[in-house]
Amino acid sequence: MAHLTAFNISVDFPLYHSDSRSLKKTILGHASSRLGRDRRSRPVVQALRNISFSLRSGDRLGLIGSNGSGKTTLLRALSGIYQPTAGSLSMEGAVTCLLDPGQGMNLELTGRENIRLRAYHLGLFRPETELLEADVEDFSELGQFLDLPVRNYSSGMILRLAFAMATAFPPEILLMDEWILAGDANFMEKAKLRLEGMVRHADILVLASHSASIIAEWCNRLLWLEQGCIRADGPPMEILKEYLPAHAFQELKTGHADGGREGGEKSGQGIR
Amino acid sequence: MADTSRPNAAMGRLRKPLHFSLSADRGWRQRFQLAATDLEDGARLWRLVWALALADIKLRYRGSALGPFWLTISSGVQIGAMAFVYAGLFRVDIRQYLPFLAVSIILWNFLSSLITEGCTCFSQSDALIKGARMPFTVHAARSVVRNTIVLAHNIVVVVAVLVIMDVDGSFYSLAVIPAFCLWVIDAFAISLLLGAFCARFRDVPQIVASMMQVAFFVTPVMWSTSILENHSRAELLIRYNPFFYMLEILRAPLLGTPVTADVALRALFISAAILIVSWIGFARARGRVAYWV
Repeated sequence: MAHLTAFNISVDFPLYHSDSRSLKKTILGHASSRLGRDRRSRPVVQALRNISFSLRSGDRLGLIGSNGSGKTTLLRALSGIYQPTAGSLSMEGAVTCLLDPGQGMNLELTGRENIRLRAYHLGLFRPETELLEADVEDFSELGQFLDLPVRNYSSGMILRLAFAMATAFPPEILLMDEWILAGDANFMEKAKLRLEGMVRHADILVLASHSASIIAEWCNRLLWLEQGCIRADGPPMEILKEYLPAHAFQELKTGHADGGREGGEKSGQGIR
Repeated sequence: MADTSRPNAAMGRLRKPLHFSLSADRGWRQRFQLAATDLEDGARLWRLVWALALADIKLRYRGSALGPFWLTISSGVQIGAMAFVYAGLFRVDIRQYLPFLAVSIILWNFLSSLITEGCTCFSQSDALIKGARMPFTVHAARSVVRNTIVLAHNIVVVVAVLVIMDVDGSFYSLAVIPAFCLWVIDAFAISLLLGAFCARFRDVPQIVASMMQVAFFVTPVMWSTSILENHSRAELLIRYNPFFYMLEILRAPLLGTPVTADVALRALFISAAILIVSWIGFARARGRVAYWV
């Protein structure tokens, strides 16, 4: 059984490359609550503060919040890339994170070479690597493009490759950022089917997105982040009711998936 | 559609139970534990390290007709030209000077690029570091392996020179093997330390690069130690120069001469110091590198 528990996670970003003196002025000038100082009075951005939650198999957690509310940072912290400044993280299960489609890929190498690198990273041996390659080839439908350097791909094609690689070797915990929305309708449908298959087999999904319709459709729990803190945590529709402006929520409720995406973006502006 | 919608069932069976936990910094005990785990996980990913390093070399020379053999050619040209100029300047016999210079220059280029590229081993892999959880030792090992592949191309020049100039190998040449292992271990440790340090302080790579330039001139690379015989002050250049001892333990056996006990002991001492300092530095910085790159 997969599980993922975050206990009081805080992440502070150090501001080394900025001039701390002028920063001091900024802080005194407009007292923004997120620029602070750590114990040794170095300037930091408090990206996440006291995030606690616990997920078990079958949980599909959505993360919403305005730009810069800490969604991507939380995903990075959950995947173990950032060691939290405070708190702890514990999980059981193989994790895959899809944060940025190009990240973790070498754009100069061909798609096939990147698949092989991924196989080495996963510690697969030859027969398993061949399985992975066949699966990615089949799912991404990239055909001959797999033998071209990734830098020649369109962003949609990079996305297909990244998604296929991340989900071919089924992760027990999948951490995903919103860029999946960039796929075309056909691929989105396919990706959704695969994710559903994955979640049906009792796995965990954490998805950060601005799209209310995607969140409402894919998630069964929602975390609303604001300024690095949890503002609300609960069933998607309840949270979305508060999060979205009234008209956007009505649009979502009447339930057409296409209008919902637009509504999600509107809401991002409405909240600020 | 039904086939692709679900992850491959056969691959699902390959899953291994995986536990992962990470907490905020809890002091040195945890830091050393995490560093040891990092090393262990990195060692398990040796095929990834090899593939990344090989890809680096391939990409550097993609589209060129001779590919990585430009490494061999440019080293050959450099050494050939330098040998004639400096043999004249130092008034030494080129038959003796050329083998010495070939070995010295190739080894120094290796050492110098191990250190300068070690500085950027983390900051250049920022996409990988921020894209997935991966042991940090992988990036340091990648730099070492990449430079070792470069050395493998350059060593052709050394072999050619040694054969043409009729330098005989001897029983002492066997010392090449342990000396080379020591170099690789030291280089890996230094990459961990400098990589982390340079990720935090972005001026350090430039400082290191200019220090290596100075070290090239004060270390007997182009000139031999015999030049300094009557200069007691200048001899200090050698006595307190760690580069000299590290260079000598690998250079002497390659030229078929014995490594003195003094040189070997000092090289071992320097290596021990490098390992200890690097390990402490790496353990201290490991959790922060992702924030720095």
